[in-house]
Amino acid sequence: MNIKTLMLGWEFPPYISGGLGTACYGLTKAMGRLGMEVTFLLPRMGPVRLAGNPEMVLESGLPHIRLRPVPSSLLPYGRFGNPHSAQAAVPAETRRLEELAGGPAPYGPNICEEVHRYALRVMKIAETEEFNVIHAHDWMTFPAGVALAAQSGKPLVVQIHSTEFDRSGEHVNQYVYDIERHGMHAAAKVITVSHYTRNIVVNRYAVPPEKVEVIYNGIDFCGGNAAPPPASSARGDKVVLFLGRITMQKGPEYFLYAAKRVLEKERNVKFVMAGDGDRLYGTIDLAAWLGIGHKVFFTRFLRGADVDRAYRMADLYVMPSVSEPFGIAPLEALRHNVPVLISKSSGIAETFQNALKVDFWDINEMANKIVAVLRHPPLQETLRTNGRKEALRFRWEDSAARVSEVYHRVLNVA
Amino acid sequence: MASVCFYFQVHQPFRLRHYTIFDSETNYFDEYKNAQVCRKVAGKCYLPTNRLMLDLIRRHEGRFKVAYSITGVVLEQFQEYAPEVLASFQELAETGCVEFLGETYYHSLSFLFSPKEFAAQIAAHKKTVRKLFGQTPRVFRNTELVYNNALAETIERIGGFDAILAEGADHILGWRSPNFVYRPPTARRLKLLLKNYRLSDDIAFRFSNRGWREWPLQAEKFAQWVNAVNGNGYTVNLFVDYETFGEHQWEDTGIFEFLRHLPDEILKNPDNDFKTPCEVAKAYEPMDVVDVPHLVSWADTERDLSAWLGNPMQHNAIQELYNLEGQVKAAGDPDLLGCWRKLQTSDHFYYMCTKWFADGDVHKYFNPYDSPYDSYINFMNVLDHLRSRCVTEAPPRHGSRLAAAGA
Repeated sequence: MNIKTLMLGWEFPPYISGGLGTACYGLTKAMGRLGMEVTFLLPRMGPVRLAGNPEMVLESGLPHIRLRPVPSSLLPYGRFGNPHSAQAAVPAETRRLEELAGGPAPYGPNICEEVHRYALRVMKIAETEEFNVIHAHDWMTFPAGVALAAQSGKPLVVQIHSTEFDRSGEHVNQYVYDIERHGMHAAAKVITVSHYTRNIVVNRYAVPPEKVEVIYNGIDFCGGNAAPPPASSARGDKVVLFLGRITMQKGPEYFLYAAKRVLEKERNVKFVMAGDGDRLYGTIDLAAWLGIGHKVFFTRFLRGADVDRAYRMADLYVMPSVSEPFGIAPLEALRHNVPVLISKSSGIAETFQNALKVDFWDINEMANKIVAVLRHPPLQETLRTNGRKEALRFRWEDSAARVSEVYHRVLNVA
Repeated sequence: MASVCFYFQVHQPFRLRHYTIFDSETNYFDEYKNAQVCRKVAGKCYLPTNRLMLDLIRRHEGRFKVAYSITGVVLEQFQEYAPEVLASFQELAETGCVEFLGETYYHSLSFLFSPKEFAAQIAAHKKTVRKLFGQTPRVFRNTELVYNNALAETIERIGGFDAILAEGADHILGWRSPNFVYRPPTARRLKLLLKNYRLSDDIAFRFSNRGWREWPLQAEKFAQWVNAVNGNGYTVNLFVDYETFGEHQWEDTGIFEFLRHLPDEILKNPDNDFKTPCEVAKAYEPMDVVDVPHLVSWADTERDLSAWLGNPMQHNAIQELYNLEGQVKAAGDPDLLGCWRKLQTSDHFYYMCTKWFADGDVHKYFNPYDSPYDSYINFMNVLDHLRSRCVTEAPPRHGSRLAAAGA
């Protein structure tokens, strides 16, 4: 049986802002390569610039994949993404009201309406589509997925790339939590990107364990990024890189506390923080307050060639996340020949051997390991070569094949 | 005639404690964990197996014999954490049916890096064995059975040994059998005893493997395999880690029952007997010369040094360690020297092995670290601190005579 999937996903190049977009794109592409038929519904802000019919199907340039835009202002990380564009759009008064209401409101005041509006548009578009399975990625698409499943009678598969607990710690947004929980319970199968996340889904959302499948993410290894790094001795200062959204979830402050301790032992080292997020300004303040402002460099959000350049400078990539469902970024770093130090609170740490691992809160140990990499070239070398070799084994095709198995199971076909 | 020659390796390293770049205390070793492991293995292996050995030796009235090689570092730990184990080995020594072999006190790879240190550690071990067990080792085994022609030459030059042990690896023996006594190419009288790795590994590794077609292995069956050697060999050299009994192979696998019945079954055939390595060397003339230009060991499937010196971290760590030899000895501080020597124990480098995707399970089981990288970082931090002590403790000019005496 040829399964046709209606995929409620996020972000296609060149508009990728983080792991969720990367994962949706990588997985879908690989599904296409395996010959799986996918119609990918892509939220797009503003008018879709296509001549003629706005309902027209976008050319995706990928075999078996059809791309259809859904007019929507939803962003994969809400206002977590960019402190400028999203936050500035909200009047100061509204922000103050939100704060009075208690806690952060990262998604903006109209998020409920927007999610609802998205669902209605998806239902409309789906009328003209033929499909056997609905596959929805993360909470903002879940109401649409649930409604579509109810209307069409087709099974829903939800994939969890991150939960509200990862993004917000214990201060969860009840509205978001309820949507996540409802989506997981309404789905025929729940896919998580790690056992780490599977545990959260089972324990915090009370999803029956037998309903949850773990499918690891992959990485695209094509592309010419395998250039060997320049000899670090020739460059003067060593560089330790943080690359990701600067949000509570990613643990930027632990990176800085560790940096301060590293600087007690090693003088010729710089810390580069690449990314944007709602903690950006706080993090810049913290660097100054710790007295290491002159050693920490903020590049803001990087894309394309700038990302490659950042990796090329780096002697070590650090992912100090407080909670990371998977963690594609360390694999990306290894693709660029940069050894990695990762938080144990991550999906990748449970399955990846050739990385240094720390508890994100263990500042001393993080600094200890950073210093070791900077001081001992054989360590850096072994982590790099073995890590790269191991990273190569995370293939999107394998993830796509597992997704296909899950579809077959929910459709009860062999 | 087929002689069964048992030699058991007894060793525990001094494991390091978690030591970061921010630490500056000089107690590098994890007393708690070392005591804990020592007592645990004592309870599961050393004490019950020694009791059984003593039983068997008494029951067979001199016809059952074994040999041990016990490292200096584990003897220190017995004295400290489990004196009853030391007492039971001493009791075994008094039977006259137990031979003690010589090796490097610190279970080190010093042969590869410092001839001076190598000789000093052999001498220290000899002295300890003499003091504790009242006999002088006549047979040498190098750490992890690391061996080549040059080692045989060095041992003969150091003197005092009749034979040396090595792995009976296929690539050094070719078509020949390990069940004879051999001679290193340049040796005048030193003999070479080679491990029968098939029969040794049947006990040490395969014993509890239910997927093995010989499972379950009983003493009777094993004795038949030994009998089969009669007529085409003199000796079956069974060299195994002592921890095989009760620790690697748990009691419920039946390993103790196997051992309990083995002497009876072996001695049922009047052509068989038990000999210690020294007796084997004395009883049989060399059959041939075995040429081993390259290093062999008893580890993993490769039988080479890749478990200890297989990646850049391992090479770097051990080089840096031996680079400190001059400074440590010049400092003239016995505690510093002792720490430096305990760092030479091969286990520290074994923990840094990264080839555990293939040989994995064995390496992981013995590794107190989460990863080889963590073990390297920890080792290098300790070494860094040790180095800083050399610098601060090195006596200036007028202390140099003292330092020379200490070295």
